[in-house]
Order: sequence, then C-alpha cells, then structure tokens
Amino acid sequence: MARTLINLPKSAKPGDTITIKTLISHPMETGFRPGADGRILPRNIVTHFVCRFEDEEIFRVELFPASAANPYLTFTWIATRSGRFSFTWRGDGGFDQTESAAITVA
Amino acid sequence: MDRRGALAGLAGTVLVIALRPAAAATLPRTETTESAIRRFAGDNPIRPGRVTLDLPPLVENGNTVPLTVSVESAMTPEDHVRRIGVFNERNPQPNVVTVHLRPGAGRAQVSTRIRLADTQRITAIAEMSDGTYWSASADAIVTLAACLEG
Repeated sequence: MARTLINLPKSAKPGDTITIKTLISHPMETGFRPGADGRILPRNIVTHFVCRFEDEEIFRVELFPASAANPYLTFTWIATRSGRFSFTWRGDGGFDQTESAAITVA
Repeated sequence: MDRRGALAGLAGTVLVIALRPAAAATLPRTETTESAIRRFAGDNPIRPGRVTLDLPPLVENGNTVPLTVSVESAMTPEDHVRRIGVFNERNPQPNVVTVHLRPGAGRAQVSTRIRLADTQRITAIAEMSDGTYWSASADAIVTLAACLEG
C-alpha cells in the first residue's frame, strides 16, 4: 500500500467551504525516461483519482505523465452534512487504492 | 505586452538558446497540443477569460512545478464549471491533467504539481455548464527539465 496524506477539517459548519488536500506516494514513471541500462522504463502512473462523499462522486481527475511524482491534489467542497469521504487512486499495473476520512458537520 | 512580460520573454529566449542543444527538442511527441485541445473542447469556440492559471514564471526544477487553476464561477447547479483541462506545449504528451467538478465543489479551484520538460506555455481550458469554453495561458521558463535525466 502506498502511503497517503489526506488533510481536511474534522468538523465544519453547514455551508462552509472546506479545502481537501490529498497526496499519494507514487513514482509516476512517465514512460519517456531511460533507466540505468539506457532503455526506456515502462510507464507506471496513477491515471485516475476520484473523491466520493457517501457514494456520491464530488471530484474526479484524469492524470497524465505530466503529473509530478507523488501526485498532490487540492480541491474544495461545501459542507452539507456529516459523513465519510472516500478517495480512490487507480493506475497502471492494476494500481488501486482507496482511503477514507470522516467529517462532522453541525 | 507589459514590461514584465517582455523581460520574461527575453530571458526565455536566452535560456532556450543556451539549453536547446541538450536534447529537449528530440523528445518524441505523441500528439499536437492543438489536437489534444480539440479532443477536449470539440469544435466549440474557446474564449480567453474567466480562468486564472498560477504557476511560477521561473522554474528551477521541472520535475515538480506547483500549479493552481481557478475559474470565476458561482458553482451553482445552474451555472458551474464541468471540466478543466490543462495542456502543455513541449512535454512528450500535451495533456497535463483533466479535472471534473460538481456544483457542490464550493470554489472552482484546483491545485496540483506537474512536470515540465522544457520552457513552454501552459494553457488551462474550462468547460462551463452552459457549454462555453474559457481559457488562460501562462509561460514558464524551466532551467532544469523534467523527463530527460535518468
């Protein structure tokens, strides 16, 4: 499992705009770089990221080799009710990881 | 062009001349930027405005360049940003990132970190819920290119 960092407030008032920051450790090998033996290393990147709140998709990204290593994404969301976020990263070689975080809205 | 832009452009020219023999120009290019943008926006007209693209004008290390795109939008169900596409001119592939937004997003603002293989212009294009497309561009001068060193 790749290490992830997810940063969002634990609680918010209804109507607050909160900022969600996510990062996952991943080499994001571009497929254009030569390795130590001079041959091009195969592409190995995260291609999709989805953030859901209680199974409703709120934010989705398609990533390309132009993403820096350890892809980092910041986005916002208007707090409506308490619940759980899930964060899913998918990529080359069957890479698939899901993390979750909860927020209390009151 | 204002004075700052003119100076940045001049500095870019000097650096490009200095760095070009390194091999940046020989990178394979899978698709033109224009065709990638057309794949994103179809035949719709793309107007300048409403989009703000923040990235450092002078990049020391192209392997990780902070990028923030924001779009002027109320983000209501009636009027919101559907997608934001970011495109480059000189990386091996023209696509940088494509973001899908929903009305409940609050602000139409996204930050990430990208790779830049060369001194180049970055373009962000936003698709609004009314089907219009808006864009902004920013130039970045890259002193150490991404993608090249092993």
